[in-house]
Amino acid sequence: MGKLTLPIGPQHPALKEPGNFELTVEGETVVDAKINIGYNHRGIEKACEERSYIQGIYLIERICGICSHAHTTCFCQAVEEIAGLEVPRRAQAIRVLIAELERIHSHLLWLGVAGHEIGFDTLLMYVWRDREIVMDILAMISGNRVNYGMNTIGGVRRDVDRGHIDKIKEALPILEKRTRYYLSLASEEATFIARTKGIGVLSQEMALRYGAVGPTARASGVDRDLRRDEPYALYGEIPFNVITTDTADIYGRTVVRVLELLECYQMIAYLIDHLPEGEIRVRAPRKIPRGEAVSRLEAPRGEDIHYVAANGTNRPERVRVRAPTLANWPSMAVMLLGRYIADVPITVAAIDPCFGCTDRSITIRGRDDDPGETLSWDRIRRYGITWYERKGVDFRKVRVNP
Amino acid sequence: MSLVYLFVFPGTLFLILYALWSEWVDRKLYARFQNRIGPPIYQPIADVIKLLAKEEMCPDMADRRVFVIAPILAVASVMTAFLYIPIWSTSTPYSFQGDLIVVLYLLTLPPLAFFLGAWSSSSPFASVGSVRVITQLFAYEAPLIVVFLAPAILAGTWSISGITTFFARHPVLILTNIIGFGVSIVAWQGKLERIPFDIPEAETEIAAGSFVEYSGKLLAFIRLALDMEMVVGASLISAVQLGGSFGAGGIAGLLIYFAKTMFIVFLLALIKSVFARIRMDQMLTQCWKYLIPLSFVQILISIIVKEGIS
Repeated sequence: MGKLTLPIGPQHPALKEPGNFELTVEGETVVDAKINIGYNHRGIEKACEERSYIQGIYLIERICGICSHAHTTCFCQAVEEIAGLEVPRRAQAIRVLIAELERIHSHLLWLGVAGHEIGFDTLLMYVWRDREIVMDILAMISGNRVNYGMNTIGGVRRDVDRGHIDKIKEALPILEKRTRYYLSLASEEATFIARTKGIGVLSQEMALRYGAVGPTARASGVDRDLRRDEPYALYGEIPFNVITTDTADIYGRTVVRVLELLECYQMIAYLIDHLPEGEIRVRAPRKIPRGEAVSRLEAPRGEDIHYVAANGTNRPERVRVRAPTLANWPSMAVMLLGRYIADVPITVAAIDPCFGCTDRSITIRGRDDDPGETLSWDRIRRYGITWYERKGVDFRKVRVNP
Repeated sequence: MSLVYLFVFPGTLFLILYALWSEWVDRKLYARFQNRIGPPIYQPIADVIKLLAKEEMCPDMADRRVFVIAPILAVASVMTAFLYIPIWSTSTPYSFQGDLIVVLYLLTLPPLAFFLGAWSSSSPFASVGSVRVITQLFAYEAPLIVVFLAPAILAGTWSISGITTFFARHPVLILTNIIGFGVSIVAWQGKLERIPFDIPEAETEIAAGSFVEYSGKLLAFIRLALDMEMVVGASLISAVQLGGSFGAGGIAGLLIYFAKTMFIVFLLALIKSVFARIRMDQMLTQCWKYLIPLSFVQILISIIVKEGIS
């Protein structure tokens, strides 16, 4: 059997979002891997410049369906820094609470997806059933299961009351018991270990060189966690351990995430016992003074960076989002090469990729002989119109009913 | 009478209905093991009717003849194999000396048919899948055949009816088949391409693998062939490893048959739900490292027991 090009994606059962992996395979071995992203570009950064800061929050929230709170917190922190706002302690605590609940549901979601990628659907069904517990808590506090709408500039929009805290206290022991079960399952189930141990190896040196972040880096022994290294919100006051392993493979990434879950439960238990009293937000000005700020935050998938430049009006001059997945992409090439086809889906899934979060650029990447070009806003608009015209759609004839 | 046996009971019609029933039992059990509700009882038959009503597509680059004939060949060989397996009594009207070998041969045909069909469709996913089908064949086929020879050695006959007659006379001796029973269940899981051996159709790796280009009636035939293979496999294991209906005959014999085959389907569903899909190289290693030695141990046990009773 000669070389064969296997197109994984843009539409493929292993991918939950469109992305493309062109694998050149020899028999079962991957000899070359080309990663193409950009199928999910939504122009969110540009759209933020057209909207007020408050509207921008809701747009930023929709960057990612899983770590929506991480993105809005990061954005709000940047804006608050420019405006010089002092966020009340209770608001900071609620931000941490939601962030940790979000981390729980994100890591549980990942564990289920990982099970599915290696054909272990029973794990998927069990984990996602238990994930419902934390989804219910989030829905109870915020009214929504994924896009919580909790953050606003200067604090949070909803308070946490006694009833919420009691419900969380009820749920934590159940979640902890189930998580310990999954930990024992991951370390005892023979086929799970066979499919994850020694697969997708990313040495500590490579992780540092390619700038891996989050659980991917921590599983390679890179001891980095912004919650401890550069505490934001109330993280400086909550005791917790940063989990690292040095197995540097998918098994390690699983263990790191599951152990992080156990840390999350302890952090939440500590936090709801030490919830500060007071206001949940301060009044923020509609117009943010001229200035710029970079905000960093440890999202469930790794370090999330937002840059905001303000020009004194109610709209930002520039918003830049660097989602954690983008930082983890380059290391993918190292992890995929020379492996079997069967290892590709789980290797891709192991960095917990979020294509929607990542696709920012409007640079059109051409073929190998074509260096590609950068399109301006006007040109990309005209390009879109002519593209549709060639398909027989003329926008001049389209009438939008008021 | 012979026509009724061929087409109604226990031939074609019964086999199809029992296969669809077994698929439902399998899916329902799999769902319950996973804390899901599972499909309603008519789901498998509804799936087949829906697929039969759909258009079938044949890729332009495919070899049309092979592409169409492969699923039909798979269905035909499984149906033929079923005729030689005793159901409620200890014999079938078609049995002859050596039908065990013929049945094993006929049951090797579906994977070969799937390989040919997939390879002829010339899709990259199907090509990878078809190579996996044939590689996997080398992993499970050898232990499967060896382990089915053990009862034949014990009974001193190459006919399935002969083996069930022997076990009807000495029911206690099925206890010597325990290793063989275990090996044949695992190997059959591989033959049916189910978790942990669903490597040729691994959804998250190569989409539907060898079946990716199939649709409509042809896909219905493939699904039916796999369902029937499960039932025929369960019947064969029940007849050869578990001693069939112990010569009970009539309704009692049929009930024993149902109980045994459903037990085997239960085991197959259990295996499906507790493992992750393993890799091709891991499957080959596991099969040659554990299943082959175990099947030879079974042969040894059978020879020793045979010497003991004679």
